[in-house]
Amino acid sequence: MAGTDIIIHDEKDNVGVVVIEKITPKQDCDCWIMENDKSVKIQSMDEIPLGHKIAMMDLNEGDTILKYGHDIGKVVKSIKKGEHVHVHNVKTKKW
Amino acid sequence: MEIPKTFLGYKREDGRTGTRNHVIILPVDDISNACAEAVANNIKGTIALPHSYGRLQFGADLELHFRTMIGTGKNPNVAAVIVIGIEPKWTKRIVDAIAVTGKPVEGFSIEGVGDIDTIAKVSKKAQEFSMWASEKQREERPISDLWISVKCGESDTTSGLASNPTVGNLMDKLEPLGVHLCFGETSELTGAETVCERRGKTPEAQEKFRKTWSSYNDFILKEATNDLSESQPTAGNIAGGLTTIEEKAFGNFQKIGSRKFIDVLEPAEEPSQGPGLYFMDTSSAAAECVTLQAAGGFNIHLFPTGQGNIIGNPIEPVVKLTANPLTAKTMSEHIDVDVSKILSREMNLDEAGDELIKATIRVANGRLTCAEALGHKEFVMTKLYRSA
Repeated sequence: MAGTDIIIHDEKDNVGVVVIEKITPKQDCDCWIMENDKSVKIQSMDEIPLGHKIAMMDLNEGDTILKYGHDIGKVVKSIKKGEHVHVHNVKTKKW
Repeated sequence: MEIPKTFLGYKREDGRTGTRNHVIILPVDDISNACAEAVANNIKGTIALPHSYGRLQFGADLELHFRTMIGTGKNPNVAAVIVIGIEPKWTKRIVDAIAVTGKPVEGFSIEGVGDIDTIAKVSKKAQEFSMWASEKQREERPISDLWISVKCGESDTTSGLASNPTVGNLMDKLEPLGVHLCFGETSELTGAETVCERRGKTPEAQEKFRKTWSSYNDFILKEATNDLSESQPTAGNIAGGLTTIEEKAFGNFQKIGSRKFIDVLEPAEEPSQGPGLYFMDTSSAAAECVTLQAAGGFNIHLFPTGQGNIIGNPIEPVVKLTANPLTAKTMSEHIDVDVSKILSREMNLDEAGDELIKATIRVANGRLTCAEALGHKEFVMTKLYRSA
């Protein structure tokens, strides 16, 4: 089934992973949730390369990022739905 | 897919099976490397395993050195062993421990003889071993004789999405057939340590994991000047989209599928509780980790990569897989199995797992891995602390 731009591991996740070479701003993207085989749509705000994450909802400073249904770090700079999520706005809770 | 019941391997004197038939020249210490390499250069069909340590180590660090040397010699992928050290005592300790397997092994020491006469003497023995080993034939052996270790490297988000779960799918399918399995990378389970602990089959295994992980984490907290954000995740991980150690850990953890581990092994320790999954306390540096797993007796390695780690090992073939379509294209000479079609949903995990099982058996039967064909032979000792 071609045409998936973003894969989300778990229904609880608030981020998805880009699985095409890149997505561009204002692109309407098809997302597939692996856990329950559901599909959702999202419009991107940023250019995001393969393997990088997109915010599936608005996130505030201090919020927890969920991926695989698990805590993978905290938001250190607020993120809008559709924006690139990475080291510039998320940090580890360890170390 | 019906999983083959057998593969073609070399039956050893102790009942184990090798996927390779190496004659190794093993230096006990750094200063014996030159001799070992000269012998391997003289005698075809032998390989030297040079490394950087083996002098003035003490305590647990010395014990690990011996365990790694001895385990490497005992590995069933090794047909025969020559051990060369500067002095006879440590050399003999290694020779005697390898001899328990019943395979041909002989030790030589350089002190009082010098390199040149040692090389001449050792070369004669190495020639005998090499020609003896060359007559060994592969025979049909049960699939349960596969001892499979796993470790991922230069990971990115495609590792957690697809290539690591492919390895997990293989584990789920092969564990019931009685294979031995091993994962490690203590530091890279940070963030997923609680979830991982619960995968211990018994309260003892869980407790052992918790202690092992905590001790590693305490060491990191003590030695780190700031935090590990500069090296965990690595620059390569970050370029691939991994943001935090927790994200990397949950991706890493996908490699064990839905399996539970039965015991926690010291670095380079051989499993002793029968078939099933083991966790080994290792560094997450690729060559160090695989060297320890090979010394634990594992005879084939699966290595998922995202951004393209190129590691190999001198005695344990390393099968590489990737789900990153760019890596599969730009570094194709390093990739044995391409599962990038999972991302475009043209392949599912079950199919990818089957492809990996097929590739694993072909390599076990003798097909060279990309890393072997390219000459990757990284043999790296793990050092616990400074020498005396």
